[in-house]
Amino acid sequence: MDFPILSVTIFIPLIAGLIILLFGRQKPGWIRPIALAASSLVLALTLIIWASYSIEKAGYQFTEYLPWLPQLGISYHLGVDGIGVAMLVMTGLVVFSGVMVSWNIDNRSNEFFSYLMFLATSVLGVFSSLDLFLLFFFLELAVFPKYLMIVIWGYPKTRNYGGMKLTLYLFIGSVLALIGALAIYQASPEKTFDLLLLENTAFSVEMQRIWFPFVFLGFAILGGIFPFHSWAPDGHVAAPTAISMLLAGVEMKVGVFAALRVGIMLLPEGARHWATWIMVLATINVVYGAFIAMIQKDFKYVIGFSSVSHMGLVLIGFASLNYNGLLGAGLQMFSHGVMTALFFSIVGMVYDRTHTRDIASLGGLYKVMPWAMVGFIVGGLVSMGMPGLSGFIAEIPIYMGVWQVAPVVAIISVISIVVTAAYILLVVRKVFFGELPKEFEGKVKDITAKDKIVIGLLSLFMIAIGLVPSLMVPLIETGVNHILAILGGA
Amino acid sequence: MGSNMITHFDLIAILPEIFLLGLIAIVMIVDVFRKKQINGNTISWITFLGLLIIILVTLLFLSPGNTTRYAWGGMMRVDAASFTFQLIVMIGAAITTLFSMYHQEVNDKGEYFAMLLLSVIGMSMMAASSNIILLYLAIETTAIPLYVLVGFLTNNNFSIESGLKYFLFGAFTSAVLLYGFSLLYGFTGSTHFTEILAAIEAGKISTGLLVFILLLTIVGFGAKISGFPFHFWAPDAYQGAPTPITGYLSTASKAIGFVVIMRFMVSIFSPEPQSWTLLLALMATASMFVGNLLALAQKDIKRMFAYSSIAHAGYILIGVASGTALGFKASMYYLLAYLFTNLAVFGVIHIVEKSKKSSEIESFHGLMQRSPGIALVFLIAVLSLAGIPPFGGFVSKVLVFMAAMDAGLIWLLIIGIVNSIIALYYYLTVLRITFADSEESKSQSIYLGWKLALSVCVIGIILMGVIFTPWLNWLEVASTNLMLLH
Repeated sequence: MDFPILSVTIFIPLIAGLIILLFGRQKPGWIRPIALAASSLVLALTLIIWASYSIEKAGYQFTEYLPWLPQLGISYHLGVDGIGVAMLVMTGLVVFSGVMVSWNIDNRSNEFFSYLMFLATSVLGVFSSLDLFLLFFFLELAVFPKYLMIVIWGYPKTRNYGGMKLTLYLFIGSVLALIGALAIYQASPEKTFDLLLLENTAFSVEMQRIWFPFVFLGFAILGGIFPFHSWAPDGHVAAPTAISMLLAGVEMKVGVFAALRVGIMLLPEGARHWATWIMVLATINVVYGAFIAMIQKDFKYVIGFSSVSHMGLVLIGFASLNYNGLLGAGLQMFSHGVMTALFFSIVGMVYDRTHTRDIASLGGLYKVMPWAMVGFIVGGLVSMGMPGLSGFIAEIPIYMGVWQVAPVVAIISVISIVVTAAYILLVVRKVFFGELPKEFEGKVKDITAKDKIVIGLLSLFMIAIGLVPSLMVPLIETGVNHILAILGGA
Repeated sequence: MGSNMITHFDLIAILPEIFLLGLIAIVMIVDVFRKKQINGNTISWITFLGLLIIILVTLLFLSPGNTTRYAWGGMMRVDAASFTFQLIVMIGAAITTLFSMYHQEVNDKGEYFAMLLLSVIGMSMMAASSNIILLYLAIETTAIPLYVLVGFLTNNNFSIESGLKYFLFGAFTSAVLLYGFSLLYGFTGSTHFTEILAAIEAGKISTGLLVFILLLTIVGFGAKISGFPFHFWAPDAYQGAPTPITGYLSTASKAIGFVVIMRFMVSIFSPEPQSWTLLLALMATASMFVGNLLALAQKDIKRMFAYSSIAHAGYILIGVASGTALGFKASMYYLLAYLFTNLAVFGVIHIVEKSKKSSEIESFHGLMQRSPGIALVFLIAVLSLAGIPPFGGFVSKVLVFMAAMDAGLIWLLIIGIVNSIIALYYYLTVLRITFADSEESKSQSIYLGWKLALSVCVIGIILMGVIFTPWLNWLEVASTNLMLLH
């Protein structure tokens, strides 16, 4: 048997988290090194997975299979396709960055880092699951770390509300999807939860049309689909920086990833039937999210709503159900994950030093924290879809794909690019340029070296993929071709 | 049957009960002849070790495997289901004994443990009864010690009041149940389940009357599992009882109620499957909504978890109401996981209550920083109740939902899911308080017995959430044997 690289990647954070939780009180000095070591290892392993995934062979690789509960068709089945690999790499990056930016959390740091590690296990597990039961197992694992992290370390004024809202919305989404998943199980002739077997099962058209909305909408709530998006800005703003990064960067991708894997890939006929509706909702996401982001006064809310807008693009890409749309959606999942993590990390750095997120009372920060400014501008350009950056290679295919099926949607959603440019530039001008307010002078320090590493690392990936799309495009393509085969074959 | 001779097998069939009776005698004798101490735990340790030995003996030598046999002229049915639930009850009682240690008002009293053991005997017979007279006697043998135990804190008016309420409610529902039994006997001329079923199949009871009998018996059984609308005793009794007894009531006592319902429904009412499954499905719906919605409003943590326990009776009923082997298996799995989970919950409540002298939810404020060990146990148990992996509650919920889907009860499945969302709200609220920042750093004192009990519970919760094949394989045998009619 080959080295079980996926299991190792998933369980390293879990073990690190348990060690930190149980022994962190006695040995506070070990907490951060252990968390850093675990997250670096995860990042390294995901990069190895990326490098050794064979694009010629395509399909699911690094598979591991253990029967878990054979009589009910449940197995411990792991494996990743091209899109899964991209998601793992993105998770590795965000978790590593999350540990780095949380370095100075002193209040109950053993709990903080251990919950962060549990959250990492949950998302890594979802991206690697090839069994529907296992997928839910990993997905629900995230409920308590994210809730507790928001209510303990979050923004005091809104953490109780934001944390509860986020957790309940995400739970509602996942149990809605669970109903659909049980229906899929029940309809499968082999009575199995195995995704590979289910992919090859042709469910009846009627069954697919009934249950697709449960599965897709359920998971899409995790991805922030309109009108169930309001948890995202509220929850992200209430959360501490590292958790905002993970929730917006990774957890929202978990939702759309599962919507793709379970919704579209298992019930392709349902997807075709409901594609128009998804398109409509997602277009509202894109345009409405962008406009709302523009009128926010709170720095963090701008980013929160921009996520809603950008996740809409992913869903539009899915709903176009063609090569371009799906390719763009896959790339956007990666690009947005990295970009939004970068945004939230910078918002956190600014807030930690100025103690305000009110855009109007910020200004001139380029003088004190030039790195943060550069990072924010890189993220901003990615978010606007500037050529030469990962956002461009992700968004162009989406627009091309949707143009083929619904030109109107393309025309409407393109408005968002303009609006995005407007709010990003507005924030850049007000926060980073202009006069540094007097009360900040001398008091606001530059960001730390660790923060700079985070900004550099995340920016590097966005620029590299923008300049050399072949790093990522063929990888996503293998996943897309597989989906197209399923869509065509149904 | 027919023979008057007591066979070897008859004695084997009641061996656990005989041992338990012996243990009661030992406990009472030791209680008389030993020096009284304020903080002595001698009696609790004797009870615990005795139960442990009986559990081991039962587990090792008395497993019926995949066979179904009758003992005592058809009075008792020895099968995997009765065996499993006898074990559940004894494990529950053993853990309850451990939690009862260091409880100044009970730990030194022989009669407390004698009553506890007596109720175990009753429950053990309930699990195996296949005759309505024995069943009724077993139910009363269980109920009377429990009335005493709930009202055991004689210097606490609330405990006495709750014991009385429990007694009045229990006596009333038992009477209704007895009326149902008497009708069954009157129309069929037999007290054995198998003969009653044969008479019903031969058409000796009209459908209308059968449904009426069904209603009467459901009143009796519904009260045992605290299902709506027979749950009124539960919040008061749970709040007033000594906390270890609350845990025992909500797990062992409930589990036995369920096995009796399952056995009785399939043995007697199998000609009328639609009626009893529908009734139980409605009871499940109402119990879940009432339990969860009222739990939202509680300020006292024991009362909150009492309502939560009513809601859980609803989830478990989903499996029973699907009326299939899968559903029964799911419910049994749920009950087993719930045994460890809820005992842990009430164990932690007991520990916190002892040091804070209050069972208000606020007494949990900042527990994580006072006593991280206890708080983590509480976290695990509450998450398991909420149905979050990797804990037993998650698997149990998925299994009962699968059973509902399998039986075509999609509406019930959706109601179950809606309820697990409502429940998550108050579970998370409790956890938020437990994990809130606090200045207080005085840690709880945790004694050896409590540690042992909590460890067993946590291991049980995690094992049932991560490795499920062995337990499910066993419960598969139990549920299919339970459903065999002859």
